[in-house]
Amino acid sequence: MPIPIAPILGIFADNVRQRGSVLPLSKRTATGWARGLDLPRGGETVLYTGHMYQMVPAIEAMSSQLALLENSFLTRFFGLGRLVNKLVSLSFFMSLVASPKKARRSNQVLRDIVGLLRDAGIEFGYLYEDEFYAGPLLYDNGLDEAFGRHARRVAAHLKKLGVRRLITVDPHTTKMFRRAYPHFVKDFDIEVQNYLEVLAEKHPKAVAPVNGEVVVHDSCVYARYENIAEQPRELLRAAGLAVREPKLAAKSTHCCGGPIESLFPSEAHRISGNRVDQLEAEGKNVVTMCPFCWVNLGKAAGNRLVINDIASTLAACRRKASAGR
Amino acid sequence: MIRVSSDLAARLKKEEGFNAGSCFHCGTCTALCPLGYKILPRKLFREAMLGLGDEVRASIPQIFSCLLCRMCEANCPQGVRIAENMRTLRCLITREDFDLT
Ligand code: SF4
Ligand code: SF4
Repeated sequence: MPIPIAPILGIFADNVRQRGSVLPLSKRTATGWARGLDLPRGGETVLYTGHMYQMVPAIEAMSSQLALLENSFLTRFFGLGRLVNKLVSLSFFMSLVASPKKARRSNQVLRDIVGLLRDAGIEFGYLYEDEFYAGPLLYDNGLDEAFGRHARRVAAHLKKLGVRRLITVDPHTTKMFRRAYPHFVKDFDIEVQNYLEVLAEKHPKAVAPVNGEVVVHDSCVYARYENIAEQPRELLRAAGLAVREPKLAAKSTHCCGGPIESLFPSEAHRISGNRVDQLEAEGKNVVTMCPFCWVNLGKAAGNRLVINDIASTLAACRRKASAGR
Repeated sequence: MIRVSSDLAARLKKEEGFNAGSCFHCGTCTALCPLGYKILPRKLFREAMLGLGDEVRASIPQIFSCLLCRMCEANCPQGVRIAENMRTLRCLITREDFDLT
């Protein structure tokens, strides 16, 4: 049997209602990445992670488990799983088998984003444990009642904390705050900018001569919902990299399969495999801009490609350039 | 158990997210969709607009496997909001069939 849709969506909705996130994370997992960075708590402008990079290791572990269950007789017990999940968070156990190496790498992406924004002279705070998941999996799966309740709770909380501007770091959270919240939250007036837009607005000058090349994989959400396609290219070129385009790129980018990873793991794998072939035709060093593209393409590519998040790539170029100065 | 909602067409008319009336069945969306489902999204939207609840429900796996990637939509000559239409169908199904609110 395929993975049953209703109980999985039920678990997502229950988790958000009871625990504030589809994939509840401990305080340490959600905020540990910021340790030692001396980020001011709160403020009018805050960096908003939406827990997305922090979820990467747990999502990777969970999707591997679900892929094993797909088409097995165990899928019959998913309804029971939902009942159990109401008492103890099943996804919490998934996070226990998550890879510590992946956790270090995804935390480093967030630290690199902080470094890039600071280098660009941007001032911002961070909400630490006062930051919540924004709700993309609820919204995308049509769980509008649950999403609306959650969005109003998050928006009221941000208002109470005096937040006026969010700097988001991933496509899905960006899309939620810019496109979904204004429909569900009356008078939602918090300004939302993505960090790639913030950095590109500074019109960075080239810091180094071209010393490498990368193949760019655009996120569908950035390119086709949020109009973020030119900014990452501009930033990569300024960092001293030649940008190579796969056959389907920017507004015509091909999905990584990530959005259906939890409900249709085999289909997701087929789609990410197709994308890996397209990327590989252009080169081995690939840059992604979304935590889920990073996980999915990484799983499908195995050792065929070296896949890095754009923030880590940009930060590495800056480090190299300043070491050579 | 799948329940039939006889007023599907009427309900979709009320959903501001659903626009499929201008589709002229050119097939561009099907040709570009990474999933390659033949019924998506044209046949599905027609069934939905005609209120064929059982036919729509038979496509629940396809409705929930849409990536919402907008590859189809970006190239639709008629400006059909295909991804939002899929999301709207999900809203109806999660509410009425899955009882998730
Ligand atoms: S591309 Fe647009 S007009 Fe053409 S079949 Fe698809 S939805 Fe209809
Ligand atoms: S939005 Fe859905 S129907 Fe359209 S191309 Fe993407 S997967 Fe296919």
